[in-house]
Amino acid sequence: MSQIVLQAEGINKSFHDPITIPVLKDIIFSINKGEFVSVIGKSGCGKSTLLYILSTMDTDYEGNLFIDGESMKQKKEGQLALVRNAKIGFVFQFHYLLNEFSVLRNVMLPGLKLGTYSEQEVEHRAMEKLKILGIENEALKMANQLSGGQKQRVAIARALINDPLIIMGDEPTGNLDKKNGEIVFNIFQELAHEFKQTLLIVTHDNEFAKSTDRIIEMDDGRIIKL
Amino acid sequence: MNIKLIISIAKSLLLARWKQTLVAAIGVTFSITMFITLLSFMSGLNDLLDGLILNRTAHIKIFNEIKANPKQPINLSKKFKENYNFIQSIKPNGARQEIYNNGAILKALKADNRVMGIAPKITAQVFYNVGTIDITGVINGIDVEAENRLFFFKDYVTTGNYIDLLNVPNSIILGKGAATKMLANIGDVIQITTPKGDRIQLKVVGYFQSGLLELDKVQSYASLATTQKLLGKPNNYITDIQIKLFDITQAPKIGKEYAKIFGTDAEDIQTANSQFETGSSIRTLISYAVGITLLIVAGFGIYNILNMMIYEKMDSIAILKATGFSGKDVNAIFIIIALSIGFFGGLVGLLFGFGLSSVIDQIPFNTASLPTIKTYPINYNPKFYLIGTIFSLVTTYFAGMFPARKASKIDPVVIIRGK
Ligand SMILES: Nc1ncnc2c1ncn2[C@@H]1O[C@H](COP(=O)(O)OP(=O)(O)O)[C@@H](O)[C@H]1O
Ligand SMILES: [Mg+2]
Repeated sequence: MSQIVLQAEGINKSFHDPITIPVLKDIIFSINKGEFVSVIGKSGCGKSTLLYILSTMDTDYEGNLFIDGESMKQKKEGQLALVRNAKIGFVFQFHYLLNEFSVLRNVMLPGLKLGTYSEQEVEHRAMEKLKILGIENEALKMANQLSGGQKQRVAIARALINDPLIIMGDEPTGNLDKKNGEIVFNIFQELAHEFKQTLLIVTHDNEFAKSTDRIIEMDDGRIIKL
Repeated sequence: MNIKLIISIAKSLLLARWKQTLVAAIGVTFSITMFITLLSFMSGLNDLLDGLILNRTAHIKIFNEIKANPKQPINLSKKFKENYNFIQSIKPNGARQEIYNNGAILKALKADNRVMGIAPKITAQVFYNVGTIDITGVINGIDVEAENRLFFFKDYVTTGNYIDLLNVPNSIILGKGAATKMLANIGDVIQITTPKGDRIQLKVVGYFQSGLLELDKVQSYASLATTQKLLGKPNNYITDIQIKLFDITQAPKIGKEYAKIFGTDAEDIQTANSQFETGSSIRTLISYAVGITLLIVAGFGIYNILNMMIYEKMDSIAILKATGFSGKDVNAIFIIIALSIGFFGGLVGLLFGFGLSSVIDQIPFNTASLPTIKTYPINYNPKFYLIGTIFSLVTTYFAGMFPARKASKIDPVVIIRGK
């Protein structure tokens, strides 16, 4: 029996703006270590909302969430920040790098925050992650000097820096052209197969979804296919 | 919390917006500069004005006041002990200004280790004769050396040499105003009339200028011996003993003690010059008020700039939070940004404040009533610099507190979804 990394137990969420609309309805599923899972569904069906809850950034929901066997429900803001730092890597649709820092420093920041390794070691590890993603030559540029595809790869390197339990992505290729989108897909494939990285990626690209281990399909706030 | 990391992030955010940062820091610099300059100048002025009085005034003066005897017969009578006795129209008895047995008193004072120094003095009412007109005057018979040591007599003798009072027999140093009235030059011989009606001739060896014009029209100085001679008194006659203490704040207490022991009157400096304290403290209060107002204005500048920075850096804050920085970390980052603006702005302000006060210190300031002052007075008290530092840090901390709290409350989901 393989180890469960993430488990959602009856998650419900509604927005109350201005009238109460349920967005997520009784979400129950789990992800095992090393699995490469994709989430698909129509626009507006609640995929992003679910991902923000799973990533512990959104705490306004009913039901329970377990990450690495620990319940997230009772944790305070500071403790959740630690969980995100140590166990979750997040890749957004827009690349969200800090423009005040170099590429290398952007990748290093979550590692420095974690504090497991010394600054030199974190830098070394950051360079290695950049190498995996083929952008080690851009390391010393400022973040805003890169192309969109390169930025997204930097964001993936940043998500990898603390060797997270799981990487989550919310349409990480949604803002990229076809060629760059493919490069990013291939990177996820490589991470899943060569490094046995657990991945949970929301996508609207059914081609890509088919190449993953498991597809979760959502419709109107429910999981209709696990 | 990893302080080094937090500081490095704060630094990067600051440098990315260095122009706004600079403007905010200049605000702090300006207010601290003005704060330091204002306080140094005001305090220098206070010292100068206080010095006018304090340098010239004994901490305790022992003398005999001409007044009715407080022990009246009716109060001593057993019969009227329970009554409140109204006594009217009584006259002072045996009114003599002389301090009796002053040899023993002087000896006792010299032995008291709270006393820094003593200067005996005789006050003699006289008339200066100018032709047929008599002008009222006071001759202070002083122990020239003690007077100079304790009350800086030399500084106030603007023409002539103070020590000539001892070297030249029957000599006098005239108040500048009195000398002008009498048209007396140095080396001239003037004539005075003593209270007993004797006419005595004295040689003018200098002019005295206290800074208080009215005083200089009346007061003159002679040696103890000369004064005793013109009054026709023996050489142990003195009317006042001026005392300087090591600790001026003890004056009222020690004054009362002496009055009791020696059976004389004793007046302390605090009672005699209470109005000066008030003037000084109000001037100080005004300087602090202006300084703090400037700092608060600078604080609003910092508040604005931080608010703007937080608005611009929403994305960055959201990302920091998404990748594991807590609200506390974000709060610390912005507090450090605010404090470093306060620290560096304040530091430069201290230097500029020092510079500006040094410049003011060089500006010539000549006035007839203040013979010892050549430039504007400045007090370089390190206390002002310490207070300036603390104020700049405290104001910037409060200016940063609210924006920082706002930043720490930013919900990353709202920002990331908003794109
Ligand atoms: N802040 C909000 N207030 C009210 N409704 C919202 C809010 N955010 C999202 N929604 C609604 O929730 C639903 C799910 O949104 P989302 O999770 O972004 O869908 P997806 O990512 O699958 O396209 C949509 O109908 C959207 O309009
Ligand atoms: Mg979405």
